[in-house]
Amino acid sequence: MRRYTARTALLESVMVLAGLVFAFPIYVLVNLSVRGADDASSPVAPTLSPTLANYAEAWRAAGLASALANSVAVTVLSALVIIIVSAMAAYPLARATGRWPRWAFLLFALGLLLPAQLGMIPLYQSMRDLGLLGSVWSLVLFYCGLQVPFSVFLYTGFLRAVPAEYEDAAAVDGCGPVRAFFSVVLPLLRPVTGTVAILNAIFIWNDFLTPLLYLSGSSQQTVPVAVFQFVGQYVADWQLVFAGLVISVVPILAAYFLMQKRIIRGFAGGLKG
Amino acid sequence: MPHAREAAATTRPPARHGPERPLPRKKRTTRSGLRRSVPWWFLLPALTLYLYVVLAPSLQGAGYAFTDWTGLGTPASFIGLENFRKSLGDPDARDALWQTLLVTVVITVVQNVIGLLLALGVNSRIRSRNVLRVLFFAPAVMTPVVTAYLWRYLYAPEGAFNTALETLGLGSLTQNWLGDPDLALWSVAAIVIWQFSGYSMVIFLAGLQGVPRELHEAAGVDGAGAFQRFWHITRPLLAPATTINLMLSMIGGFKLFDQVYVTTGGGPGHATETLSTLIYKNAFQFDEYAYSTALAVFLAVVVAVVSAGQYRGLQRQKGMP
Repeated sequence: MRRYTARTALLESVMVLAGLVFAFPIYVLVNLSVRGADDASSPVAPTLSPTLANYAEAWRAAGLASALANSVAVTVLSALVIIIVSAMAAYPLARATGRWPRWAFLLFALGLLLPAQLGMIPLYQSMRDLGLLGSVWSLVLFYCGLQVPFSVFLYTGFLRAVPAEYEDAAAVDGCGPVRAFFSVVLPLLRPVTGTVAILNAIFIWNDFLTPLLYLSGSSQQTVPVAVFQFVGQYVADWQLVFAGLVISVVPILAAYFLMQKRIIRGFAGGLKG
Repeated sequence: MPHAREAAATTRPPARHGPERPLPRKKRTTRSGLRRSVPWWFLLPALTLYLYVVLAPSLQGAGYAFTDWTGLGTPASFIGLENFRKSLGDPDARDALWQTLLVTVVITVVQNVIGLLLALGVNSRIRSRNVLRVLFFAPAVMTPVVTAYLWRYLYAPEGAFNTALETLGLGSLTQNWLGDPDLALWSVAAIVIWQFSGYSMVIFLAGLQGVPRELHEAAGVDGAGAFQRFWHITRPLLAPATTINLMLSMIGGFKLFDQVYVTTGGGPGHATETLSTLIYKNAFQFDEYAYSTALAVFLAVVVAVVSAGQYRGLQRQKGMP
């Protein structure tokens, strides 16, 4: 163990300075969101008489309550479906014998390469024909399909490295394959399930283009779309806009600060495949 | 060190014998001679969703690229490569492609250099390393639309950046960040770099944890300086993390949409137009459905070529001892 030397102190001050630069936009965001409309001082100067009035007003004007409810519902529901169907698909892909699992795996891997823009318009039309436009169900359906390849990829890679002895032991004891999956394999997959849940939930919560397309012209909104329309309406009233922005990122930042170890690990580990 | 063990357990499957040993080939039968039966129909739910949402529409989209369809109900007729020919002669498409490439290269290089420096910084003995790590990564979980609006304000002529510059006595450096066609693209790139440098940092950090401290100490004893130790020990061991980071930031750059759409809408003029915003505009504002799918095919090819190249690089690295 090296000691804390003068060079460490120098490095520390450089890094803290970098931290301040990184935090500057967030400081301005919070600083302006608690400022009254009559306070015309510099946006960089700390607000001397903070108020929460902007928050109350933004909450009402942006319709954030229903947008938050929609975002939570879409995120939770999609992540659950993604986890179940992807883990299920990974089971035969990792364990079945013969050639077809390899081809099926490559078929899923193809989905990692196709950019969403390619199928954007035909899918929009097929959702329209199903009467799903303007409903949050279109989003759940979309995210489930879109995120399946990536999640299957993670699950299969993980499961291939898990020895099959547990399932074999269960089979010897007379356990059928379906039950073996749910009571033996699924619990073994818990670490990678955490990663899959985190990466998918953050992606779904933050996605903007999809709800912009599928919910436009309807009364349904998710948080990013509500923010987009809210800013469009109150474009000059930055204090109000910033209060709305803060409200919209608080849920995800709160989740991040509560589970930061787990989330950082998920992002770092999920990509090792 | 309970945390370290927990961390290792989550990124690695349980009950694996020895970290570096290659796994035995899959056994077709169990030790007791039982044939393992795996329910193949477990694939069906995932496959159905994937077919409906990704595969079928993508194939259909690629098909439209060869027609003159406008999306307004008129029947489409086959026009061969006409849309692709049109895109080559379309100054908007050419600008968008050039700008997409340019912004991708800049984001990839700058974001990863900053990410690596941050990772090396917080991987040291400094006391604030845990707080800083959480802080640097925080923007990466924030909604891009929200951060883009925040930055639009920071960039405004009377906004926080110009005010801060004036406060520091650097009034001559104030800029019309998003309104100047020569600057706007770089201003948008800075948003992405600010938001995702922490993401690169986290992946580099995971790689740095695999660099044995003893190697560094031994090299230090042998008289290697800090830079030499980085270049000859850390850098080669970071190769997998570097590949993943390059792939992620390049693909992110090629698909850049939210930040452009929210801050400049592609302007001023077409100065910040990217392939993604151009595809969106052609499809949903100009009703040029077939043409926009041709541009999307183009984007798909670019992304696929880059990913395939990176993926091969990654496989090669894994194959190395």
